[in-house]
Parts: sequence; structure tokens; C-alpha cells
Amino acid sequence: MSATDHTKNYLQGGGLWSWLTTLDHKRIGVMYMIATMFFFAIGGIFALLVRLELFKTGPLFSPDTYNKFFTLHGAIMVFMFIIPVIPAALGNFFLPIQIGAKDVAFPRLNLLSWYIFMIGSFLLVLAVLSGGVDTGWTFYTPYSIRSATSVIFATLGVFIMGFSGILTGLNFIVTIHKLRAPGMTFHRMPLFLWAIYATAIIQVLATPVIGITTVLLVMERVLHIGFFDPKLGGDPVLFQHFFWFYSHPAVYIMILPGMGIVSEVITVFSRKHIFGYHAIAYSSLAIAGISFIVWGHHMFVSSQSPLANFLFSLLTMLVAVPTAIKVFNWTATMYRGSIWLQTPMLYALAFIFLFTIGGLTGLFLAALSVDVHLHDTYFVVAHFHYVMMGGTVMGLLAGLHYWWPKMFGRMYPEGWGKLSCSLIFIGFNLTFLTQFFLGKMGMPRRYHDYLPQYAPLNMASTVGSWFIGAGFLIMFTYFIWSLFKGAKAPANPWDAKTLEWTIESPPTTHNFHKEPVVTTGPYEYGEVKI
Amino acid sequence: MIQFFKIFELPRSSTMAGKIDALYDFVFWVSMISFLIIVIGMVYFVWRYRRRGVTPEPTPYITGHTPTEVSVAVVLFIIVMAIFYWGWVDYTEIITSKPGSLEINVTGRQWLWEFEYTNGRKTVNEALVPKGQPVKLIMGSADVLHSFYVPDFRLKQDVVPGAYTKLDFTAIQTGEHQVFCAEYCGTAHSKMLAKLKVVEPEEYQKWQKTWEVEQSLGVQPAQAAESSESRPTGIENPAAPRHGAAPELPAERGKALFTAKGCTACHSVTGQILVGPSLKGVFGHEVDLNDDSRITADENYIRESLTDPQLKVVKGFQPVMPTYKGTLKDEEINDLVAYIKSLGN
Repeated sequence: MSATDHTKNYLQGGGLWSWLTTLDHKRIGVMYMIATMFFFAIGGIFALLVRLELFKTGPLFSPDTYNKFFTLHGAIMVFMFIIPVIPAALGNFFLPIQIGAKDVAFPRLNLLSWYIFMIGSFLLVLAVLSGGVDTGWTFYTPYSIRSATSVIFATLGVFIMGFSGILTGLNFIVTIHKLRAPGMTFHRMPLFLWAIYATAIIQVLATPVIGITTVLLVMERVLHIGFFDPKLGGDPVLFQHFFWFYSHPAVYIMILPGMGIVSEVITVFSRKHIFGYHAIAYSSLAIAGISFIVWGHHMFVSSQSPLANFLFSLLTMLVAVPTAIKVFNWTATMYRGSIWLQTPMLYALAFIFLFTIGGLTGLFLAALSVDVHLHDTYFVVAHFHYVMMGGTVMGLLAGLHYWWPKMFGRMYPEGWGKLSCSLIFIGFNLTFLTQFFLGKMGMPRRYHDYLPQYAPLNMASTVGSWFIGAGFLIMFTYFIWSLFKGAKAPANPWDAKTLEWTIESPPTTHNFHKEPVVTTGPYEYGEVKI
Repeated sequence: MIQFFKIFELPRSSTMAGKIDALYDFVFWVSMISFLIIVIGMVYFVWRYRRRGVTPEPTPYITGHTPTEVSVAVVLFIIVMAIFYWGWVDYTEIITSKPGSLEINVTGRQWLWEFEYTNGRKTVNEALVPKGQPVKLIMGSADVLHSFYVPDFRLKQDVVPGAYTKLDFTAIQTGEHQVFCAEYCGTAHSKMLAKLKVVEPEEYQKWQKTWEVEQSLGVQPAQAAESSESRPTGIENPAAPRHGAAPELPAERGKALFTAKGCTACHSVTGQILVGPSLKGVFGHEVDLNDDSRITADENYIRESLTDPQLKVVKGFQPVMPTYKGTLKDEEINDLVAYIKSLGN
């Protein structure tokens, strides 16, 4: 490694082997990005197939095939895309640079995490190839114990991928605590890092629980030990508690990094100091904390006790407060700014629009009596897609366009970027706004076929999914095109103030030529003193 | 606009439907106003402060305004607490059983719904209930999780294997109401449909009377197909012989089982104390347990005492009862519960 010329940029030199054995956080980040974006494409194809089946009443695929489609869509999107994508790809690349460090604290562990992730993904892919899984991504018992499909491969894949998340989280926590450049105090860190930090804490603390749960599930399937199946003396609702004890905090693993990116992009493209830095930073931690004690809101009609329902409904309502503060502060940041509507900013605005709908519809589901009606209907499907896709994916796309020039030294084509953003935004609303109405009309989720009264809205929703597909096709095409033909990117095309924009595009292997000394916060815009 | 949204409205066919819709509407307007504040603010700022040239305009140095942030937080906190409280109040009404409810046993199995009335009448994927009378569904599953969902009633409850769950409602509109399975249960999940037919009380009485008379006369009308043989287990049980074509009440089957399974050795039904507590008048009452807690003897407690008898032992008795897990079928547990219920409460 010492033979490497540190004045070269990190992309230059070495063949495939040098990538597969690299300890450079930037290369590992890029490898994560390639893997997760590939899985995103696969998960997206399953989503399009699900919508295609629901275009009209009557079967297009067999019910079992359809059940596998929505299971694989969910499992791939959750475990192989949306959980790792921002922290492991963009986080890996930019966390060390934004704190002025050369790399993460444990570079070898970082590479190991990537391999663990790939092995886990491989097992999930094996589950797809060996007949698929039909349990839903939630693996609810006792169905998942009795299902004849490849549940064991899929859950082992989830189990193994969990370690990747834990190790990455640990690596990030240590890096943030130990490797900040001189003068980079916690309160001078970009808000993206606060979000990644809060995420890492959840990953380290919550992920072991899903590991234990999947192991118990496999033990029950293989050794017939009765944990969850009442036929063997178990309790099926216990599984739901275990599952959501991880999977609810996991929702915040998914959304917090997206919120972090939006905080960056809004300030840069408004040329304004962020409104309420401390409120946004600490609300990330507050959300992380509350996320551990609200899992029962997935189980209001599961037969858990009324007392549990009382507490979980009450605590869930509290999430609204820090979340709303963030949305309010992002909007307030634009006040008297100089707003530059480039593609990253368009995605950030789309995030605010869609995530606000996603967040507010959460209030319906947190209210006990209303949830009795809406639980397990398309209202829930629409709600979490507004949060996960309208939130996290919009945040990711904002970040991807924002940092693309830095990562690869090339500009993406602005016009195509705006076109693809508009297609995705319109298509998204057509696909999922309709589903709120379907849910209110009582259409349950995970239905292979539906009653005639739900036909028009389902058709509209499917047409929307084609717009989204077209938008992403354009995006994938121009991103790949720009790697070869895009305009050369300057070091700081957006005139941003965080440390990654003080170095070359793309960065050299060691990021900084000499250790930076930080004297101000990350968002010191604003020439006019008031 | 309002008219347009009307096509998405479901009929309000239970006493709870209107209340749940009222809270839904309240949350809808709260959300709408919050959404508009954010989005109008956002769009206005984007338009008003858009960058006009290539070089950015100078911007003011504003880092936040704590009083504004705190007031937003406080106002929001009050609103969400109000929503929570409203939801909780209605929820307690949803889960509270009314005395004198008409009880129907419901079994979900892949992929159909079975209903059994207290007079022994069984139906599949179709149930008749009287308008205006509280109904209590006592639900179990023969295989995996299901969820009994009636959108017209705005009510839903998961059906869990190995335990009872219940769903209470009072229908206020006659007609057919769609029942869905709302918890994913495999291949034909979306075809696990049933109809709840709400009729006037007189019509309901007539419907039951006609059947009871037919049964006592040994008539096997066309309805036989819907009422019999979905329960193969009762026949092979020698302790519960069929008395000709006479209707078999679940409680009667339970009484026969009570003797056949040897329960009488330790439990009287007269109030006399044997090795175990007497079961006379136990159902629906609170009992003292040997860990000094109290529990109401409901369907789930009786069920648990059969499958896990050592778990909650009545005060003053020894934990000596053997488990009947695996010995008793789900249908037999239903019958025993019905019998114990019939011993007065």
C-alpha cells in the first residue's frame, strides 16, 4: 500500500483485485453503492411486477408467484437497499472526509463488513433462485414456520447482513469520536454526520435482536423447538414483538440518513445557515431514542394488551414532535435565501413535500381507534412508501446528485436530471396517493386480487409505477453516461462549505494533503448581518 | 371537491364507524392544515427567493429562532396528545364487550371463515347477525394468523392460533357487509372472503327457529351442506355420540367431554370442592390465584388452564393438573369453554 502514489485520485490505478482488497473508505463506499443500486434495480423490477398484477382484477401471475414477488420486493428493498445504502455507500465515502480524517477508524473491518454484506445478500439471492420466499418481508409466524419456500436461506441472509450493519455502525461511532480533525467539535460537524451517528447507534443496539429472532426462527423450522408455533407450544405474537423490536428502530436507520442529506443540500442551495442547527442535530438523537420504545404500534390489533396499546400509542405520538421540528427548520432555512434549483435541491424539496405527507399520515395510524380500521390496509402501504421512498430515496437521490461530481469528478447532465426528477415525483404521487384512498376504502394489503370497487384506483397506481420506472431508467443511463462523457467537475461546483469540497474532485487516496484545521461551523453562509 | 371525495366513503354500519370516521376527519384536517403551511411556505420561499443571476445574492445570517421552534413543538405536542386521547377513548369502547351480547364462535382457516352459533348451527363464509344487538365474536385460528376485518364497521381483529381473540360490534345498518382476511395467510389470502348479513332481529329469530325446528324433526334441508361436516372431529369421539339428528349444542358436547376426559375426578360442577376448584359459576368472575394476583375467568383463561394448567393456579390448590395440550383439539376446547360458560355466571 505504501507504494501507492498519494497524489493520484482514488479511482486511478489497480485492477479488479486492487478494488476487492482495498482498504480505502472511498472505494469501499463505491463498492457498496454498486451493490446496493444493483439490488435496488432488482427490487424495483419486483415492484413493477407487483403493480402489473394489480393493474386489473383477475390473475396475471399465479397467487404463489405474486406472493413471492411482494415478499422479495420488500426483503430486497429493506435489507439489501434502503438500510445499507446511505450509511454504507455515501456515509463510508463522506464521513471521514467531512470530519477531516484520512479514513475510518478500522479500515480492515470496513472491508470485512462489505464482504459480510455480500455473503448475506448472496444467501438472499440464493433464496430467490431456489424457489423464492412467500412469507412477506416480515416473516410472521406460524406461517413462516410452515411455508414450504426458502425461508431458511432468506432469514440466514438477513442474519448475516445484520453483522455488516453492526460492524459498520461501530466503525462510524469510533471514527466520529476519535478521528475528528483539530477544531472539528461535535457542534461543528455537518448535520449529515449527526444523522449517520444517530443511525449507527441504532444499528449497533437494535440489529442483534433481528439476528436472535432469525436464529430462533431457523431453530424452530429445523429442530422443531416451539418458540412461536402454538402447535409446538410457542406464541406467534412473541415473534411480532421480537421482529418489531428491531424493525421499528430500523425504520429510523432508513430515514435518519436521508434527513441528514436534506439538511446539507437545503443549506448549500439556499446559501443560508441551517435554521436551528442544535434542534436538528439533537432531534436525530431524540428520534433514535424514542424509536426503541414504539415497536408495539405495529401490533394494535394483534391481541396485545390494552395497556400496551395505550403506552405504544402515546409514545408513538411523541415521535411527531422532533420530526416536525426538522421539517419546520428545513423550510425556515429557505427564508431569505438565494435558492438555486439544481437537481439536488429539487430532490430535497420533493423530500419535504413527500415526507410531510408520510409523517402526517403516521398520525392516523398512531391513533388507536383509527388504526383498528386502517391497519394492514393499503393506507399503511402508502404511508410507509411516502416515508421510505418519498423520504429516504428522495434524500438518497438528492445526495447522489449533490456528491456525484465529488465522487467521480464528472457532472451529471442537469437537464436530464430535472426531467427524471419530475417523472419520479409525478409517478410517485400517482402510485401512492391513490393507495391512501384504497386503504380508506378498506382494501387489505398483500392481496393478489381485489374486489371490483378497487379497480380504478389500482389501475391509476400501476400507471404511476411506470412513470417511476421511466424516471429511474433515465437516471441510471445518464449517471453511467456521465462517468465517461460528463463535463469535468470543479472541486466545489456548488460553492459549499463542508470539508469534502475543499479537496480535489475526485479526492486523492489520502483525502487531504495536510490535516485540515477547522475554525468555523459547516454552514457559515450569510454576508448580511442582522 | 367534497363531492368527489364522497365516492371513497364507506357506509357507516356499526356503532363505532361514525366515531372512528370523526377522528379520521379530525386528523385529516389537522394534517391538511399542517401540510399546507409547510408546502405553501416552501413554494413561496422558492419563488420569492429564487436565484436570479449566475452569482448568488447576499443572504442574511440567521441561525435559528428558539422561541419559534419551541412554540411549534408545544403546539404540536398538545395536538398529538389530543389525537392520542381521542383514539384511546374510542378504542376502549371498541374492545369493551356489552353484557348480553350474542356470541358467535369464529374459526379462521386457510382460506375460509367458519361460524358457529351457541345453538350449534354452523355456517361457512356467511353469518347472519341481528341489527341493533351487541355481538361478540370469539375467534380462533386452525392454522396461521388471520385477521377478521369488516370495513363497513371500521373494525378489525387478528385471529391467532392457540388463543382466543374477540371482536365486539353492534350493527346499525341492515344489508350485506364484506369481511376480509387482513393478515397475510398464504396462497389464497385475497380469496378468504366472507359476508356478514345484518337483518332485523325478528328475521334473525325466524332464521334460527326454522333451523332448530328442522333439526329436531330430523329434516336435512338444503342448508345441510353449509352446516355439517366441516368439523370431522366430533363424530369419532365416543363420549359425544350424536343423538339422531337432534341439534348438538356446543355446551352439550362439552358436558360429554367433561366426563369422558376425566375432568369430573377433580372438578365438581355443583360448588363442592374436590382436588381442584369447582367450576360452578366461575366463568366471567374474578378468581384469586396462588401468587396473590386476580384474574377474570374468560375464554382465554379457561383455554390456558387446559393447555398450561400450572401457569395460573387458583389460590388454595396444588399445581397437580396435567396438561391437555395435544390431547384436546381446538374444537373440543371450544366445546368445553361453552360448557363451563353454561354453568352459570
